[in-house]
Amino acid sequence: MIQIIDIHKSFGRQKVLDGVDLDIEAGKTTVIIGRSGGGKSVLLKHIIGLLKPDRGQILVEGVDITKLNDRDLNEIRKKFGMLFQEAALFDSMTVGDNVAFPLREHARMSEAEIREIVADRLRAVGLSGVEAKMPSELSGGMRKRVGLARAIAMRPRIVLFDEPTTGLDPVMTEAINQLIIDTQRNYDLTCVVISHDIQSIFRIGHRIAMLYEGKIVASGTPDEIRASQNPVVRQFLSGSIEGPIKII
Amino acid sequence: MNFVLGAVDYVGRAVLHSVEEAGRIFQLFLSVLAWLVRPPLRLRPIFKQMEFVGVRSIFVVVLTGTFTGMVLALQTYHGFRMFSAESMVGATVALSMTRELGPVLTALMVTARAGSAMAAELGTMRVTEQIDALYVMAANPVKYLIVPRMVASVVMLPFLTIVSDFVGVVGGYFVGVHLLRINSGIFMKNITKIVELDDIFNGLIKAAFFGLILSLIGCYKGFNTTGGAEGVGRATTEAVVLASVMILISDYFLTALMF
Ligand SMILES: Nc1ncnc2c1ncn2[C@@H]1O[C@H](COP(=O)(O)OP(=O)(O)OP(=O)(O)O)[C@@H](O)[C@H]1O
Ligand SMILES: [Mg+2]
Repeated sequence: MIQIIDIHKSFGRQKVLDGVDLDIEAGKTTVIIGRSGGGKSVLLKHIIGLLKPDRGQILVEGVDITKLNDRDLNEIRKKFGMLFQEAALFDSMTVGDNVAFPLREHARMSEAEIREIVADRLRAVGLSGVEAKMPSELSGGMRKRVGLARAIAMRPRIVLFDEPTTGLDPVMTEAINQLIIDTQRNYDLTCVVISHDIQSIFRIGHRIAMLYEGKIVASGTPDEIRASQNPVVRQFLSGSIEGPIKII
Repeated sequence: MNFVLGAVDYVGRAVLHSVEEAGRIFQLFLSVLAWLVRPPLRLRPIFKQMEFVGVRSIFVVVLTGTFTGMVLALQTYHGFRMFSAESMVGATVALSMTRELGPVLTALMVTARAGSAMAAELGTMRVTEQIDALYVMAANPVKYLIVPRMVASVVMLPFLTIVSDFVGVVGGYFVGVHLLRINSGIFMKNITKIVELDDIFNGLIKAAFFGLILSLIGCYKGFNTTGGAEGVGRATTEAVVLASVMILISDYFLTALMF
C-alpha cells in the first residue's frame, strides 16, 4: 500500500531521517515507535507529502508522491485522514465545523447529512453534543479526540494517527484504542499510528516498527517485537535507563 | 580591508535576501490571481474579511481623517494668510486629502489594524499546524485564507478612503470656517473649482493598490512564519514595517505616474 524507500531528511545540519525503509501493508495497522524527538512525526508528514525528503521515494499505491505536483498530490490526499500530534483544529471554527470541514470540502452531501455524520463521529470519540463549542474551550484530550473525529469523518482509506492517546486518561485511552481497532476492522482501513504507550502498541498494532537514529531498526508482528533481541527495542519496551538509547 | 569586505558581504547578502523575498511575494501574488479566477469563488469568507478590514476600521479612519483635515486647515491658514490666500485653505485641504493623505493615512491605519492581524492569524495557524491540516484535507490555504483577505482589502480600501476624504474636508471646514472665520461660500467654491473628479478617482486607485500591498505582505509574512509564538510576533512586526514602507514608496511612484 505504502512503501517508504530510503528516505533521508535533514533540517539544517540536523539529520533527522537517515535512510528509512518501511512497507505499510494495506488493511493493517502499523505502529511506529521510537524515542521522543526521534523523527516519528517528521516521517508521518512525509507519508502525506507535507514534507519533501532530501532523498528517497514514497510510493502510495505505486505512485511516487515525492514527485507529484500540487494538484495530483491533492487527489492522493483525499484518500488520507490525519490526526496531528497537537490536533491542529481550526480555532476560528466551532468543533462541529471542524469535523464537517472535509465533508463540506469534498463530499456532495446535504447539510442534514453532514450534521448527522458529525454527530456520529463525535459520539464515537465520546464527545456528543460539543458541536457548538470552540476548540479553545476544550481540554487537550478533548481537542485530540475532536481531531480524531475530523480525521475519520470522511472514512478515508488510509489514516495517520500521531499519538492518538497521549494525554488521555486510562479509560479514554482504552476507548480510543477500541475505536481505532473497530474502525480499522469495519472499514478495512490502512492505519499508521505513532504511539509511546506500550499497552496500546500491542493492542492495536498488526505490525510494529521501531525508528531509531533515523532508521527503522526493527519491524515485525507484535509477537516478533516482543521477542526481539535488538537491544534498542528491548530497552524501549522495558523502559530501562540502561542500554544503547542515550539520555542526554 | 577586512572590514570593507565584511561590509560588502553584509550588504550583498541583504540585497540578495530582499530580491529573493520580493520574488517569493510576487509568486504568492500570482498564485492568488490563479485561485481568484478558478471557480467557485466563495463569497462568505470574503464578506467576513470585508467586515473585519472595512467596517471595523471606520472608526479609526474617521478619527485620523478628521484630525488630519483639521490640522491641515490650521497649518495652511497660517501660511496662506501671509499672502492673503486664506480663501484657498479649503481647496488645499481637499486636494491634499483626496490625492495623498486620504489614501495613505487610511492604508497605514488599516495596515496597523488588519495587516498585522493577517500576519498574526496566519502565523498562528502556521505554527499550530492548522495550515498543514488544510493541505492534508486537500484544501488549498491560498484559496481559503489569502484570497478572501486580499479581495476584501482591495475592495474596502477605496471605500475607507472616501470616508477619510470626506471627514478630512469636514474637519478642515470646521476649523477654517468656524474657528478661523474663513467665508464659508468661498471655502466651498474654491474646493469645487479646483478639485477635480480625477483627483478623487486617482486617490481611490492608489487606495486599492495599497490594499493589495498591505494584505499581500501581511499574508506572506504570516504564511511563512517559523518559530512558535516568538516567530508570530516577528512576522507581525515585519509585516507592518514592510507594508508601511512599501506603501510610502509606491505612493511616490504612483503619484509620479498619475499627476
Ligand atoms: N519543521 C522543522 N524544522 C526544523 N526542525 C524540525 C522540524 N520538524 C521537526 N524538526 C526536528 O526534527 C526532530 C524530530 O522531530 P519529530 O517531531 O519528528 O519527533 P517525534 O519523534 O515526533 O517526537 P515526539 O515523540 O516527542 O513527538 C526534532 O529534533 C525536531 O527538532
Ligand atoms: Mg511527534
